Amino acid sequence: MDAPNTDVIQGTLDMLILKTVSLEPMHGFGITRRVEQVSRGVFKVNPGSLLTALNRLERAGWLEAEWRQTANSRRAKYYSLTRAGRKQLEEETSSWSRRASAVARILKAEA
Amino acid sequence: MSLWRELARGLRGLINRPAADRDIADEVEQYVDEAAASFEARGLSPEEARRAALRELGSVTAVREQVRAYGWENIVETTLADVGYAARRLRRYPIHALVAALTLALGIGASTAIFSAVNPVLFQPLPYPDPQRLMLIWDGQGGSRLDVTFGTYRELIARNRSFNAMAVMRPMQPTLAGVAEPERLDGEYVSADYFRVLGVRPALGRDFEAADDPPYDPNGPFVAIVSDTLWRRRFNADPTLVGRQILLNDIPVTVIGIMPTGFENVLSPQSEIWSTLRYDPALPFNGREWGHHLRLVARVRPEIDLDRASHELQEIAKAQLPDFERPQWASLQDGFIAHSLQDELTRSVRPALVAIVGAVILLLTIACVNVTNLLLAQGASRRGELSVRTALGASRARIIRQLLAETLLLASIGGALGIVLAHTTVDALVALSPPGLPRSNAIVVDRTVLAFTAGLTTVIGLLVGLLPALNGFRASGPGGAPQQSTRIASGHQLTRRCLVVVQVALALVLLVAAGLLLRSVQRLFAMPPGFDPTERLTMQVQVAGQRFRDAETSHRFFDSVLEAVRQVPGVTAAAFTSQLPLSGDEEAYGVHFESTPPAAAEEDPSAYRYAVSPGYFAAMGIPLRTGRALDSHDGAGAPLVAVINESFARRRLPGLNPIGQRLHIGPNSGPWFTVVGVVGDVTQTSLAVTRSDAVYLTAPQWRFTDNARWLVVRSQADAAALAPAIRRAIAAIDRNQPIIRVATMEERVRASAADRRFALLLFEAFATTALILAAIGTYSLLSGSVTERTREMGVRSALGASRLDIVALVFRQGLTLTGLGIGIGLGGAAVASRALVTLLFGVTRLDSATYAGVATLLLLVSILACAMPAWRAARVRPSVALRFE
Repeated sequence: MDAPNTDVIQGTLDMLILKTVSLEPMHGFGITRRVEQVSRGVFKVNPGSLLTALNRLERAGWLEAEWRQTANSRRAKYYSLTRAGRKQLEEETSSWSRRASAVARILKAEA
Repeated sequence: MSLWRELARGLRGLINRPAADRDIADEVEQYVDEAAASFEARGLSPEEARRAALRELGSVTAVREQVRAYGWENIVETTLADVGYAARRLRRYPIHALVAALTLALGIGASTAIFSAVNPVLFQPLPYPDPQRLMLIWDGQGGSRLDVTFGTYRELIARNRSFNAMAVMRPMQPTLAGVAEPERLDGEYVSADYFRVLGVRPALGRDFEAADDPPYDPNGPFVAIVSDTLWRRRFNADPTLVGRQILLNDIPVTVIGIMPTGFENVLSPQSEIWSTLRYDPALPFNGREWGHHLRLVARVRPEIDLDRASHELQEIAKAQLPDFERPQWASLQDGFIAHSLQDELTRSVRPALVAIVGAVILLLTIACVNVTNLLLAQGASRRGELSVRTALGASRARIIRQLLAETLLLASIGGALGIVLAHTTVDALVALSPPGLPRSNAIVVDRTVLAFTAGLTTVIGLLVGLLPALNGFRASGPGGAPQQSTRIASGHQLTRRCLVVVQVALALVLLVAAGLLLRSVQRLFAMPPGFDPTERLTMQVQVAGQRFRDAETSHRFFDSVLEAVRQVPGVTAAAFTSQLPLSGDEEAYGVHFESTPPAAAEEDPSAYRYAVSPGYFAAMGIPLRTGRALDSHDGAGAPLVAVINESFARRRLPGLNPIGQRLHIGPNSGPWFTVVGVVGDVTQTSLAVTRSDAVYLTAPQWRFTDNARWLVVRSQADAAALAPAIRRAIAAIDRNQPIIRVATMEERVRASAADRRFALLLFEAFATTALILAAIGTYSLLSGSVTERTREMGVRSALGASRLDIVALVFRQGLTLTGLGIGIGLGGAAVASRALVTLLFGVTRLDSATYAGVATLLLLVSILACAMPAWRAARVRPSVALRFE
């Protein structure tokens, strides 16, 4: 990797996954690549955590999984967002922005 | 929806694990491929790309396991693996497992059976709405609980402010005529508010109303409410029964309601029919309205607590108002005794039940200690295995969890067997239970009981497993090296010795309790009942119906029955009495002598009233002390005469010749009876109650006619066998008059001590089991110890120790432990016997003979338990010992 990178912030992996697959159905590695690309290499996704999280989100009913052919004709498990997942994403996004802006305010106040 | 998905996925994972695993493996594999492809795209060679991808991922297997470990099904899976392993281990030592499981089954089974018996009495609330607000109220005359009079009830109704409602009741035994045989029913006469006080409404029809309870009028109309069981049994659950008339004692009575299924009438559990009292609200002093024969139950207002309600009752008793006249025998001068209905119902049996619960807890503890001991004995063979597992990286928690799985499995097997055991014994328990046990019809192995057993089993599984698990873990601790040598005196022996001491001590406590009860029952049956119970058959004969309304007809019927019975071959004497000793009847009156010396003025005036036929004393074998017995000349027109018992005469007429004294029975306005004879004392209620004063008179001279009378038949031999012939003789006179409660006098004597005998039976069973378990515990400890010390024994005998020395060594070890256990147990028994005090009779709770006898018994049994291992130890030859490793 070219830029210094860190693990995904604790507790945000679910949200990042949901956001990523909300655009189009994706397989596991696709999600990793997208998160790393969009974060410009700041976040690095641990594959074990990612696959476990995918399994969990699917169980929770927020993701739907389907085995499909990839572009290079390999079988892969594609995840897409369900309606419940979309609602969950909205909730998590708003809760995240609320908390993030609160943290930002505190940091500013200290400065 | 989500839960459903969780469940479905988990189950799929469980059922088709290979497919689920393949899915995960495919996904991980594809991830690696894609990652490699992406590296390749950046210019790495295919091999380098793949390596880089794997480096980033870590171990493929680890990732697969990580993904796989998610989900509840995995917990199920490891648990199943633990249980499977535990089952394999138990199978490897089948005898051990069997003994342990059976021991636990005994403990759990006994606990379950006892819990199901005491649960409705001690723990469950009564089956009514707000049952804690129900109170039972007694006239507290002389400090004892006396039934109230109707007059008292009326006064309380009018004056109280603490109660929502009050009701009184008394038993009735009407004969129900029908297509088939006439049937005698148990029922109650109740005041109209009875069911409203309890808070239960009829399921069909209507409740009693005030208009249903007018002053008595022979022409009725009469109404009744029947129980669900009677409705189903006699009327085929026909709903049109409501509004129809049935014949009770030949009188047409309209059924107005049917109680709901499962309605439990705790005040009189066998009652199946209820009718109204029909007392006279004018309360004439010479009427039955002032007889002490009503039970008073009341519902306290919600905002008032029971103590305040009771306090108000005492205030009412103290402050008499001119509007409420009271006769002298219902003056309420001693106030009321009022407690919650639940407490009153269980009062008499609570001590026995608490003692039995204590006993079963002791038994259960002994069983658990025994099993713990068995498991510890396996510890030695276990230690090596545990060390290996620890060395291979099993965590402490994982090992303890696995050991606990084993004991939990063992406990579950024990629990399952225990439930089977409880299920089969609980019916026997109910059959054997003393008649005074309240709510015995609510004793079942139900869901509450099963939940109790499940909880108990879990706790036991954990408790029994904890010590061996910790012990095993300590042994396999950080050192990690398997210790196989049996030469090392092991620390767990100390734990096991302590457990054996505990076991012996607990067994001794149970044995002492059983011993004390046994002696009590022996003492009790050694008490003279005052009559001769041998070869006497008794039964209650009843007349019912319009034509017996006339006293003459009734007396004539009983006279002819007596004539007929005396003709039955084998009968040597026969007589009637209105109440029979030890039958459960208790009908007492205040008896007032014309000339009571001042010294005796404070004595309790109440005495049991017996209306008897001439020849009763001879038929019962009650000895005449002075004067004459009642005879056939003491009829309706003749001077009124009575016979009293000797201690009554001594106490109430000290220094006077009782013959010729005059007395009132009941109200002072009644006629005088003259004492013509004095007979021996007879116990009426129980062998344990020595004080039972009596006044005997002939049936025609009593102011009421007793329509139910006890027939006492004396025979030359085998009184019980006479019953059919006597029944036939009576049926020949009138086949419509029911004959009930047939039993020999000896059976009644035995039944009168039923509560103590019941407790004794259970204590004997528990104590015997405890004794056996203690013996097994001692035996298995010594036997294990001898095996572990085989080498030592060999060395000793090689060095010149005689066989006797070695036998002595083993015995010393065993008897030291037993002695210690006996010592502790004696102290424990001295304390624990306090719980038994109310059940004891004629022995103190510290009866030295019992304690000594029990200690000796335990010592003998433990000598037996030592003998086998000692014999084995003595046979160890030096050469065997040297080759042992």
